[in-house]
Amino acid sequence: MTTELIRLLAFLVGIIAFAALNAAYLVWVERKGAAHFQRRIGPKEVGPYGLLQPLADGAKLMSKQLLIPDGVDPILFKIAPLMVLVPAVMSFVTIPFGEHLAARNIDLGLLMVFAFASINVLGLLLGSWGSANKYAVIAAARVISQNIAYEIPMLLTAIALVMATNTMNLNEMVSLQGGGFWHWNLIKLTFTASPLTPIAFLIFFTTMLAETNRAPFDMAEAESELVAGSFTEYSGMGFGVFFMGEYANIVIGAALTTVLFLGGWQSPLPFLPNSVVWFLMKMYVIIFTVVWIRWTFPRTQFYALLNLSWKVLIPISLVNLIVTAGWLKVF
Amino acid sequence: MGLAKIKQALAELAVTETIEVSKTVPAPPAAEGEEQGKPVEVKEMIEQNMLFTPEYAKKGYHLDVKVTAENVARSAKILLDHEFFLESITGVDWIKENQIEIVYDFNHWHTLCRVVIRTRTDRANPEVPTISEIYSGANWHERETHDFFGVTFTGHPDLSPLLLPEDADYHPLLKDFKA
Amino acid sequence: MSADVIDKSLETFVLNLGPQHPATHGVLRVKLTMDGEYIVHAEPVLGYIHRMHEKMGENRTWAQFMPNTGRLDYLAALSYNHGYAMAAERAEGIEVPERAEYIRCITVELNRIASHLLWFGAFVLDLGGFTPLLYAFDDREQILDLLESVTGARLTFCYFRFGGVYNDIDDNFITGTREFIKRLRSRMPMYHDLVTNNIILIKRLKGIGPISQEMCRRYGATGPVLRGSGVNFDVRKHEPYSVYPEFDFDIPVYTDCDSMARYMVRMDEMEQSMRIIEQGLDKLPEGPVMAAKAPKILKPAKGDYYCAVEAARGSFGIRLVSDGTNTPYRLKLRSPTFSNLSLFAEACQGMLLPDALALMGTLDLVIPEIDR
Repeated sequence: MTTELIRLLAFLVGIIAFAALNAAYLVWVERKGAAHFQRRIGPKEVGPYGLLQPLADGAKLMSKQLLIPDGVDPILFKIAPLMVLVPAVMSFVTIPFGEHLAARNIDLGLLMVFAFASINVLGLLLGSWGSANKYAVIAAARVISQNIAYEIPMLLTAIALVMATNTMNLNEMVSLQGGGFWHWNLIKLTFTASPLTPIAFLIFFTTMLAETNRAPFDMAEAESELVAGSFTEYSGMGFGVFFMGEYANIVIGAALTTVLFLGGWQSPLPFLPNSVVWFLMKMYVIIFTVVWIRWTFPRTQFYALLNLSWKVLIPISLVNLIVTAGWLKVF
Repeated sequence: MGLAKIKQALAELAVTETIEVSKTVPAPPAAEGEEQGKPVEVKEMIEQNMLFTPEYAKKGYHLDVKVTAENVARSAKILLDHEFFLESITGVDWIKENQIEIVYDFNHWHTLCRVVIRTRTDRANPEVPTISEIYSGANWHERETHDFFGVTFTGHPDLSPLLLPEDADYHPLLKDFKA
Repeated sequence: MSADVIDKSLETFVLNLGPQHPATHGVLRVKLTMDGEYIVHAEPVLGYIHRMHEKMGENRTWAQFMPNTGRLDYLAALSYNHGYAMAAERAEGIEVPERAEYIRCITVELNRIASHLLWFGAFVLDLGGFTPLLYAFDDREQILDLLESVTGARLTFCYFRFGGVYNDIDDNFITGTREFIKRLRSRMPMYHDLVTNNIILIKRLKGIGPISQEMCRRYGATGPVLRGSGVNFDVRKHEPYSVYPEFDFDIPVYTDCDSMARYMVRMDEMEQSMRIIEQGLDKLPEGPVMAAKAPKILKPAKGDYYCAVEAARGSFGIRLVSDGTNTPYRLKLRSPTFSNLSLFAEACQGMLLPDALALMGTLDLVIPEIDR
């Protein structure tokens, strides 16, 4: 009993630390990455290679007054940033970092991640609505329709995966992908479940970008159109928490992509030992890709974004689902 | 579209009676730099300093027409029909003559022909009909001229200050304006 | 309740775009009446940076006004120097030496490229792409360094004098310019790969923001906006001035009337400006850069004078009225973006907010020039 309790506490602290550190240092990665894409140097003053910059930023944000403008709904205004950050941190509970490195090994882990991930959009909505700002309200309307549109293809691809692997336990799903990179779902399922799996992977990645409101789908922020979208009225740590939540969501998205398609902590070659290092490497490659995309592409139009989901992604993922079902039935 | 044709059309509108106006113009010489044939009636106008064909190299425009305020809209319509576009509208405060001159600059996309339409109005109560219904772009130019000179463009939809503060009740380009 | 019973005014709201907004690039304010994300009515509100340059002109000598012309369109200030210098020279009848004319054309075209580069970066930034801005600034910096070496300024130039230019260009400038052109030529394909051929950009610009020729005529739009609507009008060709007739260059015209056409016009104009600069450097004659007989104090004959040049954003016109004294009696600045912006309200009706902002981006607004 006590060991279980200690284990839980240790994981709790570990997860929060992991999420917070990632959120903080992804800002550094983003700034440094952006700088190099743009032939600049990026942060370099605070600490070696600007490594202490996130701490300085955090200190600055925390020392700022938490400004609550007139006319806002104070409760919603304050609760919204937490509603973005906390569910993202909660989602880490079921992510298997290593073979025995997961806070809880839940049978319905995948379902739980999706359930928590959907709360994030409510936080954005409440924050936008509560801040009584027209730009924020426009952003809220965009975020809601965008998230509804993109949740569907995301879930459809995930369901196809669950059907093929016959499990919703994330750790089990990773275990099934052992024995070299050709056993990863991305490649294995192409030959055993549905030839559309690589496309499903791309759809999942695209929807992950959209769900986390990343460029080129950053409708929630859209800084050249809606000033700062949902965050227009936020300052100080209110903004900081939103920011952290956003990065925590990216980490969750990347981790989930790794677990579902890229074999999680499994090593790419059979003679190399399985380790958490593989998981982190895969995850950070995906995160780096996300950063790369952000600093390369202009923003899409909002209606093009919705069209993409309803007219392209959803039909394809439905076809993928049917093909998978048919394949499993026939073979 | 020849210069002669547009000249002909505008000649009908150029001032014929108020000779006074023509005297007060800082008279540029009516140089005949153009080669195109001029109809007889136009020539008469030119002699009266109503419709100039100034020397382009010196002045920078080809046709200089003085009209009465009532004829501004009609000349603008003629120019629009001849596919001219409006470059700008501005005023000049001739305080000694107690008049304000409104200057309309037109230009053409395909023919090298700049036309200047001028009209004069009383300085105490400056009023000119608007051409914003003919040239939509005139809307802002007229508002600007109203800001700077206090000229009322009758029929203009909204003469609220454009460049000056919204509560401005002064007209800075009048020569007797003191900041 | 059926939809038509509902009071329409209750369904719309007013959105204040600016004066502090990332997409207006300055202190422009647009009062938008919105129905959801659709624009029902737009009303630009100007004057936040109005400085009354025209009144300043009436209170200074002819030469003293020259620095003011560098502060209208601070991104392509040399064109405005050029316009004013030419107008005064026309009034006074000053002949400019040929070498000075060549130097004027070369520097003005360099300035035009710098302006278009900045527009390119800022426009893609409007569309949410951040990186091209930094690339464009990198190139623009080279131009500013070159111009600084001869004019002494980087943005608010006051380089031209009545009768020439005040400083001759040297070999460093010539070799530097040639190197820069080589560099920009090699980078243009990169810009096209990274931005022009990007599927998202094409989707955002193609067929979006139509501005018809008829509308251009009614509003007096000029410059790349007009040429994007298929009208071959460029003051440099239409009303040749300086030594532009000596150069072999084309006027890029696109007939699609959409945002993409205006984008392409500017991209192609950079190439044409490079051609002009190269020819200018090849043909550059020897000789003085100031007219020997240029008077120190101008007293043009009574009368009014008009002069237009093709600035980076369209036709910049200047009307001078002289009463024979050493100060202008009246000085009217016809700024191209003032006319170009005036069509925005009509053009953006019924558009979505992001598309309208893309359209506004293609108008290439510089607010100090609109407000003067």
